[in-house]
Amino acid sequence: MSRVVLQQKVLSENDRIAAHLRERFQQNNVLCVNLISSPGSGKTTLLERTLEVLPHDARVAVLTGDIQTENDAARLKRFGFPVKQITTGGTCHLDARMIERHLEDWKLEDLDILFIENVGNLVCPSSYDLGEAAKVVILSVTEGEDKPLRYPSIFFKSELMVLSKTDLLPYVPFNLEEAEENARRVHPGMEIVRVSCQTRIGLSSWLKWLDGKRNAYLQLKAEPVA
Amino acid sequence: MHEMGIANSILEAVQKEARRYPHARARKVGVRIGELAAIDAEALRFCFEALSRDTDLDGLQLEIELCPRRHRCERCNCAFIVRDYDCRCPQCGNFARECVSGDELELAYVEVEEDEPSSLATKSSQ
Ligand SMILES: Nc1nc2c(ncn2[C@@H]2O[C@H](COP(=O)(O)OP(=O)(O)O)[C@@H](O)[C@H]2O)c(=O)[nH]1
Ligand SMILES: [Mg+2]
Ligand SMILES: [Zn+2]
Repeated sequence: MSRVVLQQKVLSENDRIAAHLRERFQQNNVLCVNLISSPGSGKTTLLERTLEVLPHDARVAVLTGDIQTENDAARLKRFGFPVKQITTGGTCHLDARMIERHLEDWKLEDLDILFIENVGNLVCPSSYDLGEAAKVVILSVTEGEDKPLRYPSIFFKSELMVLSKTDLLPYVPFNLEEAEENARRVHPGMEIVRVSCQTRIGLSSWLKWLDGKRNAYLQLKAEPVA
Repeated sequence: MHEMGIANSILEAVQKEARRYPHARARKVGVRIGELAAIDAEALRFCFEALSRDTDLDGLQLEIELCPRRHRCERCNCAFIVRDYDCRCPQCGNFARECVSGDELELAYVEVEEDEPSSLATKSSQ
């Protein structure tokens, strides 16, 4: 019996495509944000609230993933920005090849921000790099404060946690501080914003994060290679 | 449940590797999985067995090495295993943010066994 050492990622093919996408995003100054949450936590609604306040000439596009339907794309198309649905036909996450394929007829140089709404799932999307500059995890106040401890991977890998549906706090037993503390146990220093898409309270902190992220992204690129 | 896809990727990698050794059989594959990798080892094992059954790789063993989360202390440079999300450095008490491992999803090795001449003979006579 002889042992052959293999030093490679299990998902090396996905990672290769993702790295290529990341390079293309960087070349074209496109900030790509990958939104991840359980089904129904408010990914599409957050995007609706975001698109609705952007100027009409904003250079923004959305890829939205779902296992079956095209509903989310229909909701998001109302704002006049390019939107494409990715139906995975059963697969519980998006992978880099799906992103690459659905970007084929879009010109990246025409974009500043690309939002990806992942398939509703806190586990599987965590393993698949899509070439994004940042993952954002959304946790709604109806889901329980211990989600970060039960699904540590995605909270660890996301730069920002959006605590959503805060308008429902009077009606559900949910301790915001505890949820935030749990997220920061898993991911020390994690950025967190509290948002209600119903009352729109907190939306500005999300938009500010996005703006800061985009500036940091462009700056990072501007820095000369040592 | 994405362990099916992960198991499939592992088997593909083994198959690719096995093609480089035409007179040998892959017996065992080793993978490293971090506690932050979002992979359920039992589910992976189940999928792996289901997918390999009745194929060339039927009977291939899967060895999973579970890798804990490790942080490095920025102050004293000590690396340590993080238990129960406690990121304080065991040497100096500093709160260590830098995660150095724990999200592995990697292939480590494949064990191959040379076909014995007799088994080669029976194969060619079939
Ligand atoms: N009360 C309240 N409901 C919300 C909020 N955001 C989303 N919802 C509702 O939650 C449900 C699921 O939202 P959706 O955006 O489709 O979730 P997704 O599956 O993550 O895309 C919808 O009925 C939304 O109207 C919020 O901030 N407050
Ligand atoms: Mg949605
Ligand atoms: Zn230390």
